[in-house]
Amino acid sequence: MSKYIFKRVLLMIPTLIGAGVLVFFLMRLIPGDVCELRFAGTGLYVDQAQIDTCRSNLGIDRPMFVQFADFMIGFFTFNFGDSMWTGKPILFEIGLRFELSLQVAIMATFVAVIIAIPLGAISAIKQDTWLDYAVRTFAIAGIAIPSFWLGIMIILGLLIVTQQVTGIPWMPPIDYKPIWVDPAHNIAQLIWPAVATGYRYSAVATRMTRSALLEVLREDYIRTARAKGLIEKIVINRHALKNAMLPVVTIIGIEFAFLMGGLVVTEQVFNLNGIGKLFIESVQNHDYAMTEALVMLVVLIFVVTNFIIDLCYAWLDPRIRYS
Amino acid sequence: MALLEIKDLQTQFFTSAGTVKAVDGVSYTVEQGETVAVVGESGSGKSVTAMSIMRLIPWPPGKIVGGSINFDGQDLLTLTDDEMRNIRGRDIGMIFQEPMTSLNPVLSIGLQLMEPMIAHLGMSEADAMKKAVGLLGLVGISEPERRLAQYPHHLSGGMRQRVVIAMALACDPKLIIADEPTTALDVTIQAQILELMKNLTRDLGVAMIIITHNLGVVARYADRVNVMYAGRIIESGIATDIYHRPRHPYTLALLKSVPRMDRQRAAKLDPVDGQPPELTKLDDGCSFRPRCRFATDVCAKSFPPLEEIEPGHTSACFEKENLAKEVKDVIG
Repeated sequence: MSKYIFKRVLLMIPTLIGAGVLVFFLMRLIPGDVCELRFAGTGLYVDQAQIDTCRSNLGIDRPMFVQFADFMIGFFTFNFGDSMWTGKPILFEIGLRFELSLQVAIMATFVAVIIAIPLGAISAIKQDTWLDYAVRTFAIAGIAIPSFWLGIMIILGLLIVTQQVTGIPWMPPIDYKPIWVDPAHNIAQLIWPAVATGYRYSAVATRMTRSALLEVLREDYIRTARAKGLIEKIVINRHALKNAMLPVVTIIGIEFAFLMGGLVVTEQVFNLNGIGKLFIESVQNHDYAMTEALVMLVVLIFVVTNFIIDLCYAWLDPRIRYS
Repeated sequence: MALLEIKDLQTQFFTSAGTVKAVDGVSYTVEQGETVAVVGESGSGKSVTAMSIMRLIPWPPGKIVGGSINFDGQDLLTLTDDEMRNIRGRDIGMIFQEPMTSLNPVLSIGLQLMEPMIAHLGMSEADAMKKAVGLLGLVGISEPERRLAQYPHHLSGGMRQRVVIAMALACDPKLIIADEPTTALDVTIQAQILELMKNLTRDLGVAMIIITHNLGVVARYADRVNVMYAGRIIESGIATDIYHRPRHPYTLALLKSVPRMDRQRAAKLDPVDGQPPELTKLDDGCSFRPRCRFATDVCAKSFPPLEEIEPGHTSACFEKENLAKEVKDVIG
């Protein structure tokens, strides 16, 4: 088992280096750079010397491989330097938004899991009944409806309902306060984006639970369990679900990692200052250092999530544990 | 009174291609401690009969539409689901064909073995574990204590089948249904497993229904034999009668198609010609008629009734007298 964990940890390193190479060179393929953009924004005449000074200040005039080495060493020592656009330390900028994005991702995952696993299981057990059709409709709708649109509908719905009930329209707060500072305020703000994104997320996981469980329920060992005279609850919970959870855990992990960096539009709708918004800004500003750091952060989250998924696999399946 | 008495059992599958009469009026009995074989080709309804006894026919598409299954004084078909569940695994144990897939890969051998004892006998985990160790020893698995913590993938096919047998025996059942228990195993292991099952059922006084298409198994291990074809029993009798005096052309053809070591190698095998019938397209006549060289016009008119030829030996064939003349060849 420790060998398995060790191997998984070692596998992370080439993945991170590969991602680093990709993001570093792809960023530099985009025409223009941060200095040109900054001076263009002023609308004044700019001479080449000024741009050159700016470039040399930021170090982007150095040879490509020197910059690359600098970036990789920075990454592995957690020293990302300063943002090329705002001039503030990158870790500070990310730190401001990371907490919010992480919290939304965790809450959305929570919403998704508590909806998906029971619904998927019921849908599989009651296959082809009205209950199954209802769940499948719910799931298809979740996949078809974009989270940001659902977000807009939620905000409008809240406004209309509170107007009707109390006479005063209520909207989620738009300024962020950490959960330990003002939990009520924090939850009131973040529960809605978590529901909006969690719905789509749960839809994907519901479908996966259903199909995995349907497949497992046809297995011989389920027939054996029934032939032993076990009650249906044990047959499903102990014999079937544990086997069906492998693909579901994968989906949950991948979606979680996606939420950490991919909530660009939903963040706009709810006016959240999260990682997604920072991403857009840094790409638009040609802020190499910031974009690279953000991509590496998301890659790191993906890699760590995958590692946790692998640990879950080993926990769920003894064939992996003992191989 | 017989331990198990199946009367006119009818199990059908309602598919888009039509109604499949998988079991069409099957009746047989199993006495206390007796081993009864059910023989037939794939699709003849032998497994469906077994699953009907357990009431494990998946609905949809399958359903028991008629008949009765009397087990130990009660009709299984009238029991509630809960009552039936208490019989499964406690009074009737089941052994399946595929030991590689019939154990749950993610649960330990110990847990799977202890489950029926905890569920049916209300045993504590510690007691169940003690008994599980004993059971594993009984079915000939070495180091039983260590095996309890292992998982199915640690064991070979033969070992897994022994675990499945131990599981079937866990609650001291009165009847064991073994559905092709050795088909998926190596020939040497087959003999070991069959020997084990024979000894255990004899020593513990458990009745057994053994479903197989292997006539060699039948000859050695069964007291009585039911031959099934297209959802019906077409011949039934004690094993030696069936072997030496078959009175149905299908049984005869089956016996002739078995390779024999005591014949010359050059002698050709004599397979049963044709294909089993499609169960959705059966007519009123004898279902074996298209493959039968004894068939006459009368065979197309109605299905021959299962009639007694001699005490305890029945056959469903209009031409059984003609057939009797040829039989001597088979025994050779």
